[in-house]
Amino acid sequence: MTGHHSNSEIAVRVRRLEERLIGAGLTSDDQLDGIIGQILSGSPANGARVVARAWVDPAFRERLLVDANRALDELGLSMSTGPQPQRLTVVANSATTHNVLVCTLCSCYPIGLLGPSPSWYKSEAYRSRVVREPRAVLAEFGLVLPEATEIVVHDTSAESRHMVLPMRPGGTAGLGEAELAALVTREGLIGTAAV
Amino acid sequence: MAEPRFAVGDRVRARAVDPSHHTRLPRYARGQVGEVVEVQGTWPLADDRAQGFAEPRIEPVYTVRFPAGALWGPPGGHWVQVELWESYLEVVA
Repeated sequence: MTGHHSNSEIAVRVRRLEERLIGAGLTSDDQLDGIIGQILSGSPANGARVVARAWVDPAFRERLLVDANRALDELGLSMSTGPQPQRLTVVANSATTHNVLVCTLCSCYPIGLLGPSPSWYKSEAYRSRVVREPRAVLAEFGLVLPEATEIVVHDTSAESRHMVLPMRPGGTAGLGEAELAALVTREGLIGTAAV
Repeated sequence: MAEPRFAVGDRVRARAVDPSHHTRLPRYARGQVGEVVEVQGTWPLADDRAQGFAEPRIEPVYTVRFPAGALWGPPGGHWVQVELWESYLEVVA
Protein backbone atom coordinates (compact mmCIF):
# COMPACT_ATOMS: atom_id res chain seq x y z
CA MET A 1 0.00 0.00 0.00
CA THR A 2 1.25 3.45 -0.75
CA GLY A 3 1.36 6.57 1.40
CA HIS A 4 -1.31 8.20 3.55
CA HIS A 5 -0.81 5.93 6.55
CA SER A 6 -1.50 7.68 9.81
CA ASN A 7 -0.37 6.34 13.14
CA SER A 8 -3.89 5.97 14.47
CA GLU A 9 -4.64 2.68 16.15
CA ILE A 10 -6.84 1.44 13.31
CA ALA A 11 -4.23 2.33 10.68
CA VAL A 12 -1.58 0.42 12.62
CA ARG A 13 -3.84 -2.59 12.93
CA VAL A 14 -4.73 -2.54 9.23
CA ARG A 15 -1.07 -2.21 8.25
CA ARG A 16 -0.10 -5.15 10.45
CA LEU A 17 -2.95 -7.24 9.04
CA GLU A 18 -1.83 -6.43 5.49
CA GLU A 19 1.72 -7.45 6.32
CA ARG A 20 0.59 -10.75 7.77
CA LEU A 21 -1.71 -11.56 4.82
CA ILE A 22 0.91 -10.65 2.25
CA GLY A 23 3.57 -12.54 4.23
CA ALA A 24 1.34 -15.62 4.23
CA GLY A 25 0.96 -15.37 0.47
CA LEU A 26 -2.79 -14.80 0.70
CA THR A 27 -2.80 -11.49 -1.15
CA SER A 28 -0.43 -8.92 -2.55
CA ASP A 29 0.04 -5.16 -2.57
CA ASP A 30 -1.12 -5.06 -6.18
CA GLN A 31 -4.26 -7.03 -5.44
CA LEU A 32 -5.16 -4.83 -2.47
CA ASP A 33 -4.50 -1.66 -4.47
CA GLY A 34 -6.75 -3.02 -7.22
CA ILE A 35 -9.62 -3.65 -4.80
CA ILE A 36 -9.27 -0.24 -3.17
CA GLY A 37 -9.13 1.35 -6.62
CA GLN A 38 -12.40 -0.36 -7.53
CA ILE A 39 -14.06 0.91 -4.37
CA LEU A 40 -12.84 4.46 -4.89
CA SER A 41 -13.95 4.41 -8.53
CA GLY A 42 -17.57 4.11 -7.42
CA SER A 43 -19.46 7.39 -7.13
CA PRO A 44 -23.02 8.64 -6.75
CA ALA A 45 -22.41 10.27 -10.15
CA ASN A 46 -22.58 6.78 -11.67
CA GLY A 47 -26.02 6.26 -10.19
CA ALA A 48 -27.08 9.72 -11.35
CA ARG A 49 -26.07 8.85 -14.92
CA VAL A 50 -28.18 5.70 -14.76
CA VAL A 51 -31.17 7.61 -13.41
CA ALA A 52 -30.93 10.38 -16.02
CA ARG A 53 -30.76 7.83 -18.83
CA ALA A 54 -33.81 6.06 -17.43
CA TRP A 55 -35.68 9.38 -17.32
CA VAL A 56 -35.03 10.19 -20.97
CA ASP A 57 -35.17 6.67 -22.44
CA PRO A 58 -38.24 4.59 -21.47
CA ALA A 59 -36.87 1.45 -23.14
CA PHE A 60 -33.66 1.74 -21.09
CA ARG A 61 -35.76 2.26 -17.97
CA GLU A 62 -37.61 -0.98 -18.72
CA ARG A 63 -34.35 -2.90 -19.23
CA LEU A 64 -32.91 -1.37 -16.04
CA LEU A 65 -35.83 -2.56 -13.93
CA VAL A 66 -35.72 -6.07 -15.43
CA ASP A 67 -31.94 -6.66 -15.39
CA ALA A 68 -29.97 -3.80 -13.87
CA ASN A 69 -26.54 -5.40 -14.30
CA ARG A 70 -27.05 -5.71 -18.05
CA ALA A 71 -28.35 -2.15 -18.26
CA LEU A 72 -25.21 -0.91 -16.45
CA ASP A 73 -23.12 -2.57 -19.14
CA GLU A 74 -24.77 -0.31 -21.71
CA LEU A 75 -23.36 2.73 -19.88
CA GLY A 76 -19.95 1.17 -19.31
CA LEU A 77 -20.66 0.79 -15.59
CA SER A 78 -20.46 -2.31 -13.41
CA MET A 79 -21.13 -3.66 -9.94
CA SER A 80 -17.63 -5.12 -9.57
CA THR A 81 -15.66 -4.68 -6.40
CA GLY A 82 -13.97 -8.04 -6.73
CA PRO A 83 -13.68 -10.98 -9.08
CA GLN A 84 -17.47 -11.32 -9.44
CA PRO A 85 -19.89 -8.46 -10.03
CA GLN A 86 -22.69 -8.26 -7.48
CA ARG A 87 -26.30 -8.52 -8.55
CA LEU A 88 -28.06 -5.15 -8.64
CA THR A 89 -31.77 -4.49 -8.58
CA VAL A 90 -33.21 -1.04 -9.24
CA VAL A 91 -36.50 -0.17 -7.58
CA ALA A 92 -38.59 2.64 -9.07
CA ASN A 93 -40.45 5.24 -7.06
CA SER A 94 -43.86 6.23 -8.37
CA ALA A 95 -46.69 8.56 -7.44
CA THR A 96 -48.01 5.83 -5.15
CA THR A 97 -44.88 4.01 -3.90
CA HIS A 98 -41.65 5.19 -2.30
CA ASN A 99 -38.65 2.89 -1.80
CA VAL A 100 -35.90 3.25 0.78
CA LEU A 101 -32.81 1.09 1.36
CA VAL A 102 -31.15 -0.18 4.50
CA CYS A 103 -28.92 -2.99 5.71
CA THR A 104 -30.11 -3.77 9.23
CA LEU A 105 -27.48 -6.46 9.82
CA CYS A 106 -24.41 -4.44 8.83
CA SER A 107 -23.88 -1.89 6.05
CA CYS A 108 -24.36 -3.61 2.65
CA TYR A 109 -24.43 -0.99 -0.11
CA PRO A 110 -23.67 -0.90 -3.87
CA ILE A 111 -20.10 0.31 -3.28
CA GLY A 112 -18.78 -0.73 -6.68
CA LEU A 113 -21.30 1.54 -8.38
CA LEU A 114 -21.91 4.35 -5.86
CA GLY A 115 -18.69 4.39 -3.82
CA PRO A 116 -18.55 4.25 -0.02
CA SER A 117 -21.85 4.70 1.82
CA PRO A 118 -22.60 7.80 3.92
CA SER A 119 -21.82 7.43 7.62
CA TRP A 120 -25.47 7.75 8.67
CA TYR A 121 -26.30 4.70 6.54
CA LYS A 122 -24.12 2.64 8.87
CA SER A 123 -25.47 4.16 12.08
CA GLU A 124 -27.47 1.98 14.45
CA ALA A 125 -30.14 4.67 14.66
CA TYR A 126 -30.85 4.62 10.93
CA ARG A 127 -30.60 0.83 10.60
CA SER A 128 -32.90 0.10 13.51
CA ARG A 129 -35.44 2.84 12.94
CA VAL A 130 -36.04 2.97 9.19
CA VAL A 131 -37.47 -0.56 9.07
CA ARG A 132 -39.84 0.28 11.89
CA GLU A 133 -40.88 3.90 11.32
CA PRO A 134 -39.71 4.91 7.84
CA ARG A 135 -42.16 7.76 7.51
CA ALA A 136 -40.79 9.46 10.62
CA VAL A 137 -37.17 8.81 9.65
CA LEU A 138 -37.71 10.18 6.14
CA ALA A 139 -39.36 13.29 7.59
CA GLU A 140 -36.21 13.86 9.66
CA PHE A 141 -34.28 13.78 6.38
CA GLY A 142 -36.65 16.48 5.14
CA LEU A 143 -38.71 14.15 2.99
CA VAL A 144 -42.34 14.39 4.02
CA LEU A 145 -44.38 11.91 1.99
CA PRO A 146 -48.14 12.12 1.44
CA GLU A 147 -50.07 9.84 3.79
CA ALA A 148 -51.35 7.87 0.80
CA THR A 149 -47.84 7.04 -0.45
CA GLU A 150 -46.96 3.42 0.24
CA ILE A 151 -43.45 2.94 1.63
CA VAL A 152 -41.37 -0.15 0.87
CA VAL A 153 -38.21 -0.63 2.96
CA HIS A 154 -35.63 -2.93 1.37
CA ASP A 155 -33.41 -4.68 3.89
CA THR A 156 -30.24 -5.72 2.05
CA SER A 157 -29.84 -8.94 4.02
CA ALA A 158 -28.30 -11.27 1.39
CA GLU A 159 -26.07 -10.93 -1.69
CA SER A 160 -27.97 -8.53 -3.95
CA ARG A 161 -27.53 -4.78 -3.81
CA HIS A 162 -30.12 -2.14 -4.65
CA MET A 163 -30.55 1.37 -5.97
CA VAL A 164 -33.63 3.57 -6.00
CA LEU A 165 -34.81 5.15 -9.24
CA PRO A 166 -36.36 8.47 -8.13
CA MET A 167 -39.23 10.10 -9.98
CA ARG A 168 -38.26 12.76 -12.48
CA PRO A 169 -38.96 16.18 -10.96
CA GLY A 170 -41.53 18.40 -12.57
CA GLY A 171 -40.39 21.36 -14.68
CA THR A 172 -37.43 19.50 -16.16
CA ALA A 173 -38.81 18.87 -19.64
CA GLY A 174 -36.23 21.09 -21.28
CA LEU A 175 -33.18 19.61 -19.59
CA GLY A 176 -30.63 17.35 -21.24
CA GLU A 177 -29.31 14.13 -19.78
CA ALA A 178 -26.26 15.67 -18.12
CA GLU A 179 -28.36 18.43 -16.55
CA LEU A 180 -30.83 15.87 -15.28
CA ALA A 181 -28.02 13.78 -13.79
CA ALA A 182 -26.83 16.84 -11.88
CA LEU A 183 -30.19 16.93 -10.05
CA VAL A 184 -29.76 13.43 -8.59
CA THR A 185 -28.27 13.10 -5.10
CA ARG A 186 -26.80 10.14 -3.26
CA GLU A 187 -29.72 10.35 -0.83
CA GLY A 188 -32.13 10.11 -3.75
CA LEU A 189 -30.46 6.86 -4.81
CA ILE A 190 -30.91 5.46 -1.29
CA GLY A 191 -34.44 6.78 -0.91
CA THR A 192 -33.93 9.29 1.89
CA ALA A 193 -34.53 12.17 -0.54
CA ALA A 194 -37.08 12.59 -3.33
CA VAL A 195 -34.36 12.99 -5.99
CA MET B 1 -28.08 -26.15 -8.30
CA ALA B 2 -31.17 -26.64 -6.18
CA GLU B 3 -34.55 -26.02 -7.76
CA PRO B 4 -36.33 -23.27 -5.83
CA ARG B 5 -38.85 -24.70 -3.41
CA PHE B 6 -40.94 -21.53 -3.38
CA ALA B 7 -42.39 -19.36 -6.14
CA VAL B 8 -43.49 -15.75 -6.42
CA GLY B 9 -46.79 -15.34 -4.58
CA ASP B 10 -46.14 -18.13 -2.06
CA ARG B 11 -46.73 -17.35 1.59
CA VAL B 12 -43.78 -18.41 3.72
CA ARG B 13 -42.83 -18.23 7.36
CA ALA B 14 -39.35 -17.26 8.48
CA ARG B 15 -38.20 -19.89 10.95
CA ALA B 16 -38.33 -19.01 14.62
CA VAL B 17 -34.78 -20.06 15.44
CA ASP B 18 -31.95 -18.71 17.57
CA PRO B 19 -28.70 -20.12 16.20
CA SER B 20 -25.44 -19.59 18.07
CA HIS B 21 -23.60 -18.93 14.80
CA HIS B 22 -23.80 -16.02 12.38
CA THR B 23 -26.97 -15.88 10.31
CA ARG B 24 -28.50 -13.40 7.92
CA LEU B 25 -32.04 -14.08 9.03
CA PRO B 26 -32.84 -10.82 10.82
CA ARG B 27 -34.23 -11.36 14.28
CA TYR B 28 -37.24 -9.11 13.62
CA ALA B 29 -38.42 -11.41 10.80
CA ARG B 30 -38.17 -14.69 12.72
CA GLY B 31 -41.50 -16.47 13.05
CA GLN B 32 -43.24 -13.96 10.76
CA VAL B 33 -45.27 -14.72 7.65
CA GLY B 34 -44.57 -12.93 4.39
CA GLU B 35 -45.00 -13.33 0.67
CA VAL B 36 -42.33 -14.25 -1.88
CA VAL B 37 -42.01 -11.37 -4.35
CA GLU B 38 -38.86 -12.46 -6.18
CA VAL B 39 -36.66 -15.53 -6.61
CA GLN B 40 -33.23 -13.88 -6.83
CA GLY B 41 -30.97 -16.79 -7.77
CA THR B 42 -28.68 -19.06 -5.75
CA TRP B 43 -25.83 -18.22 -3.40
CA PRO B 44 -23.72 -20.04 -0.80
CA LEU B 45 -25.49 -20.01 2.56
CA ALA B 46 -24.03 -17.17 4.66
CA ASP B 47 -24.30 -19.23 7.86
CA ASP B 48 -22.11 -21.98 6.40
CA ARG B 49 -19.57 -19.55 5.01
CA ALA B 50 -19.31 -17.74 8.35
CA GLN B 51 -18.48 -21.04 10.01
CA GLY B 52 -15.73 -21.70 7.50
CA PHE B 53 -17.32 -24.77 5.92
CA ALA B 54 -15.30 -25.89 2.91
CA GLU B 55 -18.47 -26.63 0.92
CA PRO B 56 -21.24 -24.28 2.04
CA ARG B 57 -24.75 -25.22 0.97
CA ILE B 58 -25.87 -23.47 -2.20
CA GLU B 59 -29.44 -22.29 -1.83
CA PRO B 60 -32.01 -20.13 -3.59
CA VAL B 61 -32.45 -16.66 -2.10
CA TYR B 62 -35.89 -15.08 -2.04
CA THR B 63 -37.12 -11.55 -1.56
CA VAL B 64 -39.93 -11.83 0.99
CA ARG B 65 -42.30 -8.97 1.71
CA PHE B 66 -43.65 -8.56 5.24
CA PRO B 67 -46.37 -6.15 6.36
CA ALA B 68 -44.89 -3.82 8.97
CA GLY B 69 -47.87 -4.33 11.26
CA ALA B 70 -47.00 -8.03 11.56
CA LEU B 71 -43.35 -7.28 12.38
CA TRP B 72 -43.78 -4.40 14.78
CA GLY B 73 -47.42 -4.35 15.77
CA PRO B 74 -50.08 -1.77 14.86
CA PRO B 75 -50.42 0.62 13.19
CA GLY B 76 -47.90 -0.64 10.62
CA GLY B 77 -48.74 0.72 7.19
CA HIS B 78 -45.51 0.09 5.27
CA TRP B 79 -43.77 -2.98 3.83
CA VAL B 80 -40.40 -4.45 4.69
CA GLN B 81 -38.70 -6.63 2.09
CA VAL B 82 -36.09 -9.04 3.42
CA GLU B 83 -33.78 -11.31 1.40
CA LEU B 84 -33.75 -14.81 2.81
CA TRP B 85 -31.99 -18.07 1.99
CA GLU B 86 -34.31 -21.03 1.43
CA SER B 87 -33.44 -22.86 4.65
CA TYR B 88 -34.62 -19.81 6.61
CA LEU B 89 -38.14 -20.40 5.34
CA GLU B 90 -40.91 -22.89 5.87
CA VAL B 91 -44.25 -23.54 4.21
CA VAL B 92 -47.28 -21.79 5.63
CA ALA B 93 -50.02 -24.38 5.99
